[in-house]
Amino acid sequence: MRVNFTVNGRQQEADDVWEGESLLYVLRERMGLPGSKNACEQGECGSCTVRLDGVPVCACLVAAGQVEGREVVTVEGLADYAKHREDAHPGGGCASGACGTTLDSAKRWQARPTDGQTGEAVELAPIQQAFIDAGAVQCGFCTPGLLVAADELLENTPSPSDQDIREALSGNLCRCTGYEKILDAVRLAAARQGEAAQS
Amino acid sequence: MTTRPEATTRPAATMPKAQNTPSGTPTKITQGSPTKGGIGESTLRPDGTLKVTGEFAYSSDMWHEDMLWGQTLRSTVAHAEIVSIDTSEALATSGVYAVMTYDDLPAEMKNYGLEIQDTPVLANGKVRHHGEPVAIVAADHPETARRAAAKIKIEYRELPVVTDEASATAPDAVLVHEGRDDHHIGHVPHPNIVHRQPIIRGDADEAAKRADVIVTGEYVFGMQDQAFLGPESGLAVPSEDGGVELYVATQWLHSDLGQIAPVLGLPEDKVRMTLSGVGGAFGGREDISMQIHACLLALRTGKPVKIVYNRFESFFGHVHRHPAKLHYEHGATKDGKLTHMKCRIVLDGGAYASASPAVVGNASSLSVGPYKIEDVDIEAIALYTNNPPCGAMRGFGAVQACFAYEAQMDKLAAKLDMDPVEFRQLNAMEQGTLLPTGQPCDSPAPVAELLRRVKARPLPPEQEWLTAGADGTSVDVRALPGGLSNTTHGEGVVRGVGYAVGLKNVGFSEGFDDYSTARVRMEVINGEPVATVHTAMAEVGQGGVTVHAQIARTELGVNQVTIHPADTRVGSAGSTSASRQTYVTGGAVKNSCEAVREKVLELGRTKFGTYHPAWATAELLLEGGKVVTDGGEVLADLADVLEGEAIDIELEWRHRPTEAFDLRTGQGNGHVQYSFAAHRAVVEVDTELGLVKVIELACAQDVGKALNPLSVLGQIQGGTLQGMGVAVMEEIIVDPQTAKVRNPSFTDYLLPTILDTPTIPVDVLELADEHAPYGLRGIGEAPTLSSTPAVLAAIRNATGLELNRTPVRPEHLTTT
Amino acid sequence: MDFLRPASWEEALAAKAEHPTAVPIAGGTDVMVEINFDHRRPEYLLDLNRIGELSEWEVGQEKVRLGASVPYSSIMDHLRAELPGLALASHTVASPQIRNRGGVGGNLGTASPAGDAHPALLAADCEVEAESVRGTRLIPIDAFYTGVKRNALEPDELIRAVHIKKADGPQQYSKVGTRNAMVIAVCAFGIALHPETRTVRTGIGSAAPTPIRAKEAEDFLNAALEEGGFWDNGKIITPAIAKQFAALASGACNPIDDVRGTAKYRRHAVGIMARRTLGWTWEQYRGAGRTLEGAA
Repeated sequence: MRVNFTVNGRQQEADDVWEGESLLYVLRERMGLPGSKNACEQGECGSCTVRLDGVPVCACLVAAGQVEGREVVTVEGLADYAKHREDAHPGGGCASGACGTTLDSAKRWQARPTDGQTGEAVELAPIQQAFIDAGAVQCGFCTPGLLVAADELLENTPSPSDQDIREALSGNLCRCTGYEKILDAVRLAAARQGEAAQS
Repeated sequence: MTTRPEATTRPAATMPKAQNTPSGTPTKITQGSPTKGGIGESTLRPDGTLKVTGEFAYSSDMWHEDMLWGQTLRSTVAHAEIVSIDTSEALATSGVYAVMTYDDLPAEMKNYGLEIQDTPVLANGKVRHHGEPVAIVAADHPETARRAAAKIKIEYRELPVVTDEASATAPDAVLVHEGRDDHHIGHVPHPNIVHRQPIIRGDADEAAKRADVIVTGEYVFGMQDQAFLGPESGLAVPSEDGGVELYVATQWLHSDLGQIAPVLGLPEDKVRMTLSGVGGAFGGREDISMQIHACLLALRTGKPVKIVYNRFESFFGHVHRHPAKLHYEHGATKDGKLTHMKCRIVLDGGAYASASPAVVGNASSLSVGPYKIEDVDIEAIALYTNNPPCGAMRGFGAVQACFAYEAQMDKLAAKLDMDPVEFRQLNAMEQGTLLPTGQPCDSPAPVAELLRRVKARPLPPEQEWLTAGADGTSVDVRALPGGLSNTTHGEGVVRGVGYAVGLKNVGFSEGFDDYSTARVRMEVINGEPVATVHTAMAEVGQGGVTVHAQIARTELGVNQVTIHPADTRVGSAGSTSASRQTYVTGGAVKNSCEAVREKVLELGRTKFGTYHPAWATAELLLEGGKVVTDGGEVLADLADVLEGEAIDIELEWRHRPTEAFDLRTGQGNGHVQYSFAAHRAVVEVDTELGLVKVIELACAQDVGKALNPLSVLGQIQGGTLQGMGVAVMEEIIVDPQTAKVRNPSFTDYLLPTILDTPTIPVDVLELADEHAPYGLRGIGEAPTLSSTPAVLAAIRNATGLELNRTPVRPEHLTTT
Repeated sequence: MDFLRPASWEEALAAKAEHPTAVPIAGGTDVMVEINFDHRRPEYLLDLNRIGELSEWEVGQEKVRLGASVPYSSIMDHLRAELPGLALASHTVASPQIRNRGGVGGNLGTASPAGDAHPALLAADCEVEAESVRGTRLIPIDAFYTGVKRNALEPDELIRAVHIKKADGPQQYSKVGTRNAMVIAVCAFGIALHPETRTVRTGIGSAAPTPIRAKEAEDFLNAALEEGGFWDNGKIITPAIAKQFAALASGACNPIDDVRGTAKYRRHAVGIMARRTLGWTWEQYRGAGRTLEGAA
């Protein structure tokens, strides 16, 4: 069958899709977007988390045919997505300033990496930058799904408590980090968001 | 230097596709650093940006024009003769390009294995465990391949299964491997025992007479899975010379190569391996999984073949942590001094040997733990059974032993009415202590200090689930045992605290030639000196690539370092396991950098030596892109020294050699370095429902020298959580009657979520080991050891139950 | 395999009538797992995602008409007051991502004894609105579960909505799993106080071949509450009553041993949950209960 849908703002069409194929397979194998990961394919790890019409879902459990006419955002489109959101609502988030990580520690971490191939600075979403700076990435296989989930958390809850972060990310397994640096990263992104809102 | 294809982004479906280069091919990663970025700094991962943008190509992301999908058909029974295989219907399926069984294997060599080549590439008339590969299929779509595999008809004649020591070593036991001729068969008491290692030192029976108290215990350690998130996968591309290019996620490219090439009937130089992105490993990628199958199908069809396991298959696609039964006896005097230890450790290796012999070596030689005991009587064995094969997982051998000896320490302390930490400190080993193998520990061993540090830390506040709600007190179930499931609002919840400390060897032991190779190149690019580091080290997430760049900056004084993709065009880097990579491949990079530096200075002397006497007389360093004297005087820019030249050196590097353990006494200088960590666990247990919430897992660890402090924390916290997982939830459950795996999925094999995870404060000590590069100590495994027994001790403390098995389940805590 | 994409409810019913073996797929959180792991290859998949009304709900005088595909996250966010038990149960479903997709219709259609919604639905009392081209019928929840993963639906029927009684008193829900989030129930218990009728209803999950009510426990408690005048005097329920209620709830179970837990443990845990949830609901009824965070 044929499926038409929007991925990261671009209209896409997939042909000869087998009816049992998941959105995850179509993204990875037909759209050239392997960023969403295939760790469990049973909705028990969150590594394939994408936004479907704005809502975080496991792409492995969405049948490809179900996304006809709908909008999908993957980790590859996260930076753009965050940028559009910031343009629409500048400085949104954490107005209270009572965010987890202190701004001092946030500043200590701030370091802008360059792209591996080109050496040029890459536009990243704040949550992506925070994951790098806080050391939340090891093997990185859980990272794309966590980024999509954490970005949505901060969109709706600008200054989450630690328990809020834990609950929001409880559908995303990580096997490398022990999650401590992931918590740090989300606190850091929230703190930077708050700092941006105040300035 | 060989140039690598630079394609990284796969073409979108609507774009024209490249013809011969697979997309997802790893490329060089260059990382500049605004600061010096040398060792000791928390520089950021060079692959971080690629990983957060989704562009980092893992082995399952590989894609090639015209590629086929491979599928493995696995046995549905644990032990059986294969009476017949009929592949005709599968072969006749439209879209299917090849179906292969044992009969289609091209070479004389049809087996592989890490140490003993006992594992058939495809079952040879017999299957020995549930999920053993029997046939492979290549088709144009994964669903076509799955449907075709389902059409292969296999007739099994089932055989009785052996599943434990009693059944495996019974006089009439069916042999898992008939006609063994490996190098262990001569010293094992039964052919269903892979390897046996006794260690006898002093006279345990005699010393026992001095004991005022003696405690014994039978302990059971469940089968843990590495559960790396990136499933086994890779892409094999046939090449024009009859060879094959293999892009794969593994822990040791050259070990794979040595097992793959003979089975394909190819010389090693015709099997060109490149490391793809690795989604975690933890030991589970030390053995071959889909590598040979993909190559066979690619060579058979002449087309690129990709194989990606799903999670269900992944549980059958790699070895697990050895489950173990451990019997321990310890004695102590009434003033708390250990007198002796006797133990017998039975590890279940499953159907194939994998790393079992090394696991036996570690379990036996580390069975005493970090304690001074002069009189010991130790025996460890690994069985062949029809259970799933077991092999490497983080801390192997030492993990199982630590769970048991730490439980023993608590029992002894309780019996002596002593504080469990003080009791341990009283018996803690130190630098100079002789291990049961007779080997002296010749670097710092701050066991008592690590315990002191975790104990001195303030305890987390009580009843953190009570929060000030809008209308009085409210309860946050997320902070309680049961979490979101809303099982308690504080009822039945009891706090417990427990301690443990462990001892792990670093590197490959027992006389293994544990070397690494590094190729370092230095040249001027765009007017700036750039170092390129090329090793075959498998970056599995640990951050070896970060550290290599740091070492190159420190040694060569450059900002720009390029990390070349790991492949088999450079010599072996050994395995990314045994906490060894920073030590051994890091050591190799340092060594090659030093050789490059000498050449640079030589070149400088030739070019500029006449301009300044210091070239001949002073100690010279490379710093900030310049040649400087140890007094800080700048002699030349590296760019000028290197102009028009490239220095390129590949060298092997070895740590101090080790010796094999004596097969009868276990004596020998078998290990190169030790690693120590201690934990304090604070848990809250719902004693009525038997549910556990670990509140805090504080760790103190000696790392010798933290080359990258942020990465060090990541290793310790990650290892700590894996240890907690096997304390409270992680276990592969095998049916004892059928030897079939009952829970091969993430629905029923549970990994800790972030809501299960305690805070993990870490206290890092840096006591240099003078024998190691920069004084560093391998760190990856030690935290996995002590975490499990600390959690168990805390649960015992909360419940008063004996709990001799891990993981603990609610029924154990409620005695239901 | 064929993928049927009806644009309206009527088209969906027609498709189901034409292909009674078609497997409805809404959130996909059950069906896609089976397809991904090659456990199921249905001839037809019947996609219900394009039928917007299935994701809507109406709050009436006495009942909530909950569309079959209303995601669990919406129940948590919008229906805590009307359906507190179901909202609590929804919060225990898998992960945030799954709660954004899965709905009660899927739980009912699969009818697994481990489905998280069942105990809450049984305790609240509801009717399942099943429809086919032949017409609509309301199936009482007590008659809905007919066997292990079997329900009262005819092959041509689809679940359109669930009509759930609005809470007229406190409701609670507990689930035991061996992980603190994203876990399938070892067993679960739901309880609803119905002060208007002076009755208590219960539901038990994962401790019998089907979701069940602990009827003897309910009867005992109803009688004991009446006898002691508890509904009027609002006194604390005596430990003896709570203990007997728990024992009867435990006795209602008919569990098995499996990889998730032993039968003996399940009976034990259901008793504990029955006692605790009765205590919590009764405290709320008396106006002395604590508020909860992170629980709905």
